[in-house]
Amino acid sequence: MSADVELDHVWIRFGPFVAVRDATLRIENGEFFSFLGPSGCGKTTILRTISGFLEPSQGTVRIGGQDMRGIGANRRPTALIFQNLALFPLMTVAENIAYGLRVRGVPRAEQRRKVDELLGLTALRDQGTKRIAELSGGQKQRVAIARALAVEPKVLLLDEPLSALDLKLRQHMRNELRAIQQRVGITFIYITHDQGEALTMSDRIAVMNAGMIEQVGDGQTVFDEPTTAFVASFVGENNPFQGKVVAAHDGRVTVDTPVGRLGGRNPRGLKLGDDAILFVRPDALRLGPGAGGDTLSAVVLNVAFEGTMSHVFLKGPTRKDIIITVGRGESQRLPEQGETASIHYGAAAGLALPAGRLASD
Amino acid sequence: MGQRRASPCPRAGSPVIESLVKGLLFAVPFVIVAVFWILAARERRAAADPSAKSFLERNGGVMAAFLIVAVGFWAIVMIVLPQLYMVDFSFHPKLPAKDYGGPEDHYTLASYRYFIYGSTEETDSYNIVHLRAFVLTIGASIGVTFFSFWFCYPLAYFMAQSAGPARLRMLMLLLILPFWVNEILRAFAMRIMLGTSGLINNLLVGLGVLAEPIDFLGLDIGMYTGLAYAYLLLMMFPLYNAIESLDRNQIEAARDLGAPWWHIHLNVVMPFAKPGIASGCTMVFMLSAGALAAPQILGGPNSLWFTPIVYDRFYQAFNWPQGSAYALILLLTCIVFVMAVMRVFKVNLGEITR
Repeated sequence: MSADVELDHVWIRFGPFVAVRDATLRIENGEFFSFLGPSGCGKTTILRTISGFLEPSQGTVRIGGQDMRGIGANRRPTALIFQNLALFPLMTVAENIAYGLRVRGVPRAEQRRKVDELLGLTALRDQGTKRIAELSGGQKQRVAIARALAVEPKVLLLDEPLSALDLKLRQHMRNELRAIQQRVGITFIYITHDQGEALTMSDRIAVMNAGMIEQVGDGQTVFDEPTTAFVASFVGENNPFQGKVVAAHDGRVTVDTPVGRLGGRNPRGLKLGDDAILFVRPDALRLGPGAGGDTLSAVVLNVAFEGTMSHVFLKGPTRKDIIITVGRGESQRLPEQGETASIHYGAAAGLALPAGRLASD
Repeated sequence: MGQRRASPCPRAGSPVIESLVKGLLFAVPFVIVAVFWILAARERRAAADPSAKSFLERNGGVMAAFLIVAVGFWAIVMIVLPQLYMVDFSFHPKLPAKDYGGPEDHYTLASYRYFIYGSTEETDSYNIVHLRAFVLTIGASIGVTFFSFWFCYPLAYFMAQSAGPARLRMLMLLLILPFWVNEILRAFAMRIMLGTSGLINNLLVGLGVLAEPIDFLGLDIGMYTGLAYAYLLLMMFPLYNAIESLDRNQIEAARDLGAPWWHIHLNVVMPFAKPGIASGCTMVFMLSAGALAAPQILGGPNSLWFTPIVYDRFYQAFNWPQGSAYALILLLTCIVFVMAVMRVFKVNLGEITR
């Protein structure tokens, strides 16, 4: 049986509050799929709906083609890894992992064999008799994964499980999670507000904002070809320039912004007079005047040297600074604080999108 | 238990021994207070942090002295000494007040012998009435504790894990308010409810559910209900506290792993709440076994709870040694029983005070 997860026009309301708005998507069997969005965007609500702790107010959740309405969390082919892991503190590591099997009445010997196998898979061999309190953060993480995998779910749901770990461990666990997913080959649905996690691990990402799924695509698409202003500003650093479209032809537009007229690509088909935001990535901006019209100048506020690269902050048209990332190899003179610098960007680097809410960070 | 009355009948041995014993009795509290004082002074040396202030420095000399003397006095004079006095008393024969300390006075097991054999001398037949009441009291207290637990657990679980803040406040209030009414009044109210011509029987007969009223009091149902009700909060709050501190995600995790609801309660919630369960059950059991008001007011004519017997030894039979012995037997049995149960369920004493 395939285990595609489908959301079909799913709405979830809590009284007058709409947590999820008309979500429709299909997660393929064996995919590593992430929901990415700021806190409060509804991504955890979607996860709880897939796992069966919530019923959608409207719409259908299907797993493997079967409508999940009325099927409780304990009878769905999913397993959830909680943000705080929710390991059972009074049980040993092995007892934790075996819990789901014990519930199902699996014979003792079979339980032991399965637990050993999972301890091996999650690099916890010889830790089976330990108490949960004796484990490190990363080990607890792995116990939670093993406990969830023990019941052989078709879909593993992960609710920001790495958020409690320190940076080093988090990066290590990303690779490990990805490796485990490839080994067991089941669908992983991952919830995170950390774009780095989403981009490095996922086959595809759904970017969410305020209950809406804004864009679904693989990491590169979401990063390079955002379709909304929110996605462009939330995934990766970006410089927004707001204004009105003053020219539009051949898939390109010119936007009249407070810092001058700037050109960019026009994938969404903006028309003359539309409100638009033109985005340029910090690493696409270059210091110095360029050929053509996509040049602007601004006062340098601060220069931050960060080893392999430097960030130059310039006074932007809004409260937000314009950021330029200058690589170490680029033999450019870094400007002084207080001087007025010219900057430019290549024709393909500008991207104009319909005006909309930006991610506030 | 815990009768803290001084003997109405002073005893006197030989004058030397008497003054010695009296002197010792009065010295003991001071010795204990001194020990407390030394412990307090040594506290700093035991602390890992050398800069930590000692008990004396933290509270100031006067306050520290007051705390030590107050706690010492309370522990020794109010609790330990009266109990020791009872123990001593239980090993004396029953005598007119003036004869204590006289030639007739000696240490004896007569009171204990009476409890078992129904006579201070003979050992031919057993004291069926008292033994039966004793066993029945322990057994019924266990029953009341069980009933109380199964009644309170779902409610405590609901309050701790499911109820919203508004509903929780209301439930708390509904639980606490009835306990503003004193125990005797509540027991009589229960009697009015459960009597053969009481509210419940009238209702049931009136509605045609019953042809004849049920004698709730005669069947001791009234007494058990009254006992369970009297100590409801003592079961409720330890359970509530214990369950309340359980992470809700653990319940959901168990559910997500496929556990049916009863499995979650048995294997996740109850093991976690074990200290609270032990604490609640211990209190309800101890207090039920030692209850006086509910059995006297709600007990049926055939039931003989043990505490009224103890009461009667003191005030009807004027047999203080026997009363002391009976009270002591009840106390020790309860303590041993509770300790044994705690051992079986692997709960230690430190846990239940959490």
